[in-house]
Amino acid sequence: MFEQLGNRLSEALRKIKGLSQLSDANMADALGEVRLALLDADVANEVVKDFIEKIRAQSKGTAVLKSLAPGQMAIKIVYDELVSLLGGHRAGINMADKGPTVVLMTGLQGSGKTTTTAKLALHLRKEGFRPMLVSADIYRPAAREQLSVLGAQLEIPVCYPADLNDPVKICKKAMQAMKDEDANVLLVDTAGRLQIDEELMAELEKIKKEISPNEVLFIADAMTGRQAADIALTFHKRVQITGVILTKMDGDARGGAALSIKSVVGAPIKFSGIGEKPEQFEVFHPDRMAQRILGMGDVLSLIEKAQEAANEEEAKKLERKMSAGDFDLNDFMQQLNMVKKMGPLNQLMGMVPGLKIPKDAAIDEGALGRVEAIINSMTKEERKSYTIINGSRKERIAEGSGTDINEVNRLLKQFVQMKKVMKTFKKGGGLPGMPGVGRIGR
Amino acid sequence: MVFGKEGFFSRLKKGLAKTSETLAGKIVSITTGRMALDDATLEGIEDALIAADVGLPTASALIASLRDAVKSKDVATADDIRPFLRKRIEALVAVGEGANHAGAPHVILMVGVNGAGKTTTIGKLATRFSADGKSVIVAAGDTFRAAAIEQLAEWSRRAGCEIIRHQAGADPSAVAFDAIRAGIARKKDIVIIDTAGRLHTRSNLMEELKKVYRIIGRELEGAPHETLLVVDGTTGQNAINQVKEFHASIKLSGIVITKLDGTSKGGAVVGIVNETKLPIRYIGVGEAAEDLQPFDAALFAEALI
Repeated sequence: MFEQLGNRLSEALRKIKGLSQLSDANMADALGEVRLALLDADVANEVVKDFIEKIRAQSKGTAVLKSLAPGQMAIKIVYDELVSLLGGHRAGINMADKGPTVVLMTGLQGSGKTTTTAKLALHLRKEGFRPMLVSADIYRPAAREQLSVLGAQLEIPVCYPADLNDPVKICKKAMQAMKDEDANVLLVDTAGRLQIDEELMAELEKIKKEISPNEVLFIADAMTGRQAADIALTFHKRVQITGVILTKMDGDARGGAALSIKSVVGAPIKFSGIGEKPEQFEVFHPDRMAQRILGMGDVLSLIEKAQEAANEEEAKKLERKMSAGDFDLNDFMQQLNMVKKMGPLNQLMGMVPGLKIPKDAAIDEGALGRVEAIINSMTKEERKSYTIINGSRKERIAEGSGTDINEVNRLLKQFVQMKKVMKTFKKGGGLPGMPGVGRIGR
Repeated sequence: MVFGKEGFFSRLKKGLAKTSETLAGKIVSITTGRMALDDATLEGIEDALIAADVGLPTASALIASLRDAVKSKDVATADDIRPFLRKRIEALVAVGEGANHAGAPHVILMVGVNGAGKTTTIGKLATRFSADGKSVIVAAGDTFRAAAIEQLAEWSRRAGCEIIRHQAGADPSAVAFDAIRAGIARKKDIVIIDTAGRLHTRSNLMEELKKVYRIIGRELEGAPHETLLVVDGTTGQNAINQVKEFHASIKLSGIVITKLDGTSKGGAVVGIVNETKLPIRYIGVGEAAEDLQPFDAALFAEALI
């Protein structure tokens, strides 16, 4: 996501980074590049114009901080503007002060409403709420079945009055059903509709009137073109959007939709969908996204993911072991499991600053499984002290794990290397290119 | 079933009206009152093309040819600009040969990113072919998305055609295998195979697709006879990445553009064809089955600009 835009922007900014003085002339050159990069990333024309104007105005004299070189200052200005373009700060779901909360999900066909409804429900349950789902999509064949299947998979109750064929009545029924299920948040999935479809837009207004939602979320495909903001604006005029969820962010879209919608509609981007699995869903952080676009990496997200996945205590125990130098294969396995919990590796890699992943670099998730199998085929003693693993033991392990000797060797080699890296960690070096990361958790 | 050309054209025109308003309208307002076709005029037109999702490279190429035409006096007045661009765009989007109908059965594989409209497009195509008197089998190859099989089953019921389906979570290659075997054994005219939506950046899912493609070719020589990428018409410049990546994994024979009704700026079509040289096979401008029609370059260019 945003890779291409990021590359072009950082290219443009590199030109001004080293400048000792900002002048209209050298800024004009860089701003021209920034403008093209944004246009090519599907950002709406009026948004680009506005963005460039703000940066131009701010880079004129007055705002320059003494602590920064003028070139760095320019980058800071671009970064700040990018953050505010993306919405300023993170925004969660508006919960009702008392009584049930109702969330209405809207958007075009194929933007990912049904999948996102299930994802949001899972997210809310993790936060301690008791969600319930209902689909008011009576048009797309099997749309209601889809939500029911997803609800069943996640063990989240779904209201599915199959005998009702009127979206408003279905919603009414669901509002009543909340009590029976002891739910406190109702997520209402709706049929995809075009903003110019008068009949369906009127239907959406009727649904909104019936359920008086606390949130009206607009679900937007991150790959949408230049008209993303116009579409969102039309929905906004009819049903007053309170937030946006961007979907399919795991693709390579240049992100114009993300950059345009907030500034045109005024509603913040609240979440983003980053994969096909229900848990691949994140709270949207404008500052981190801006950092990612500008190639500053997303160290904060990475750290938070690590913290979420690692049981604090386990992590502390591991840390003690690391510093004591008796990190063994059992610990290695535990750490692997933590990494696995953090999500697909290539998503994590995208967050590491300074780490550019080649587009075709496939990360072999299957390898993790094989490593697990190999360690599982070892005896307790072998896991504790890897040095006892001789040739015949290796053969047994390879056979037991369905791998071969080479793979066992490779794993042991990696493990030894890792132990070495840990020693440098202990000396307080930190990972190259990851300033400060070495100090996490101290 | 009669598909009125006039009716479809007016719908397309209506769908692209917004583009037209901005594209044609902008060009008119840019050129009004200007005697000389100077750089500022040309840049204004380029901006208008970019705003219509044509994309930077294609917009630049169009403007370069316009500049040449101005120099050689082929375009002498402001009034000549739109007809000139219309002709250029028509020439740009009219690539490749027409759809082929080879194979017994004729096998069509549908691929695309999530939410592009693959299943719906298959439903519409099945309806169209059945109405033309062809015998059709659809294959529910999207075994991943919840209720995708039920969705296609409903379409097959409406179209009155057969469906080959497995359980949710089954191997899509096995579904394709069974569909081809059934198509041959039951002497069907056409087999249309659905696949799960996948982002072109997910290499493991693209590998799965390659396997489906391989199995189809192994079971029937020359198949799939058509491999169509379904692209959401509201997609921006990312559409070009989608086409390129899918084409690199499995050989595409053409593209279907959906949802060209009202939301789309349509200009993306020009950029896609110009940068990938793959033909557009069908375009969809509405919900009804007859709203999916074979692509006609001249009609499209006329509706666009």
